[in-house]
Amino acid sequence: MISANRRAYRNVNIAIFVILCVGALLAMAPMLYMVGTAFKPDAYLPEFPPQFIPEQPTLANFETALTSRNFVQAFLNSVIVAVSTSALVTTLASMMAYAFARFEFRGKRFLFYTMLVMMMIPSMMFIIPQFIVASRLQLTNKLWGLILVYVAGGMAFNCFLLRGFFEALPRELEESALMDGANHLTIFTRIVLPLSTPALSTVAVFSFLGAWDEYTWALTTLTDENVRTLPIAIANFRGVHATDWGLVFAASLTAVIPTVLLFIFFQRYFVQGLTAGAIRG
Amino acid sequence: MNPGTAVTRQPLLKRVNTLLRYSPGHRWYVPYLFLLPGLTLYILWMLYPLVYELYISFFDWNIMPGQVSEFVGLENYREIFADSNFWFALRNTALYALVTVIGQIVLGLAVALLVHRVIFARRVFRAIYYLPVVTSWVVVAFLFLYMFNAQAGGLINYLLVSVFHVLPEPVAWLGNPDTAWVAIDALGIWKGVGWSMVLFLAALQGIPVELYEAAAIDGADEKQQFLHITLPLIRATLLFVTVMLVIGGFNVFISVYLMTGGGPLHRTEVVLSYMYNRAFGRLRFGYGASLSYVLAAIIVTINFVQMRLFRRPTIEY
Repeated sequence: MISANRRAYRNVNIAIFVILCVGALLAMAPMLYMVGTAFKPDAYLPEFPPQFIPEQPTLANFETALTSRNFVQAFLNSVIVAVSTSALVTTLASMMAYAFARFEFRGKRFLFYTMLVMMMIPSMMFIIPQFIVASRLQLTNKLWGLILVYVAGGMAFNCFLLRGFFEALPRELEESALMDGANHLTIFTRIVLPLSTPALSTVAVFSFLGAWDEYTWALTTLTDENVRTLPIAIANFRGVHATDWGLVFAASLTAVIPTVLLFIFFQRYFVQGLTAGAIRG
Repeated sequence: MNPGTAVTRQPLLKRVNTLLRYSPGHRWYVPYLFLLPGLTLYILWMLYPLVYELYISFFDWNIMPGQVSEFVGLENYREIFADSNFWFALRNTALYALVTVIGQIVLGLAVALLVHRVIFARRVFRAIYYLPVVTSWVVVAFLFLYMFNAQAGGLINYLLVSVFHVLPEPVAWLGNPDTAWVAIDALGIWKGVGWSMVLFLAALQGIPVELYEAAAIDGADEKQQFLHITLPLIRATLLFVTVMLVIGGFNVFISVYLMTGGGPLHRTEVVLSYMYNRAFGRLRFGYGASLSYVLAAIIVTINFVQMRLFRRPTIEY
């Protein structure tokens, strides 16, 4: 009786494992197909039958991509934009979150609800006025124009995420520091921030990825070749009449690998960031 | 100390403090100093554009410097209501949101339930299913474009025609509006399943095991347990995921822009691609601004309705 139960239990577990493996294969298949295609020579049209592992693998596509000056420049531009965005969002959003978590001030509720409603509106809704503002400030075709808009766009969500985290921190340490005459800047930098490294890492990683992958705003404000970011450079490898898909995917893979590494190393923070958002909602 | 006085005194003190906007230990401007840099950017690039866009939407806006923009009042909005391309784009957007939201929730929940019960490699599965979420939209849009290639060797055509014999001959997926939507919807669901899965999984892990044990002792089967324990307890997550996915669904742009460009003949246009083409293709910024406003109003309304519908007292256990 017991052994029959246990066998049924084991069978269910094996079934679950098998189903998940099949699902994982389906989820991964497009990615694997992309990796395979990136190593195919002259992949203007898909061959018949499709090959996940190319018959004659070649590094030619990666060579073409990485020796084109524009692509390397785009890679560097993306690094600059994503790192600056990440650093600025983390700093400025944590400062705002501290004000929300630890102070009462005039206009707090109004600001809070305004930012909450603004978060519902797709960011692309603002692209026309943002473009006009950027033109007036002569920030089109400049990497700063990207960074500032990305930072502003990420401000509300990350501020709420960090505010929730700060509010959960015990106040005793801060109160005793206040008694000892410390000012709020000292408390913020010496007590609150060091205690919040997990939340700050989450914000930093998400902001980096957001800036790394952003396409629409970059497409709209950048026309010069030297200020292109990776998504624009990849899209430009697509030909007008015929596209060498091997080249497109070799370039794509070069852009995707850093994000995958980041994801693997910081998987914990991804889950934390996502669920923190859910609890707040 | 007498606890009675402490209880009555504190609220009064607090009230006086809030009245004077004074908290012990800091001057009134300290919180504003913390807000200043972030809020300045937020106002310049988010709040000011929100107001400015409303202003633009009342003009036949001229982007060229030195040119005069003509005030047209509500003319842009009137044009929207008579613009059949807009209504078709809105219908497409709503259908895309409906299909992808349902797809992502059903598949995400199914995968989460399985991953929750699997004994080993849980983190590996979670990572694999989440991977498409962190991949850039530009890359995956091209990837699906290639997979849905019209040739017999296109991966999807090959599978459906040569392997499973579901279709008699290769389909030019992106050349026809109906089949183009299959590709765009498939991309939306595939890319999003991991996101809802991670959230559902976290919610499932928050449910005490004792509840299931007690239910099993009372003779509840798996289906009853799912309906009466799991579903009610992940309700908050379900609401959050739905609201976020609907926002995401109405936000669809890059996949459509790169895979079909809204064509053929505006048949796969969504509101954002239509807005973008009007504004940056035809340089009709005033019309684009009013399109943005109409879509923003629709989304905010949908969200408030959703939150109203879902709101019920939280369950204590």
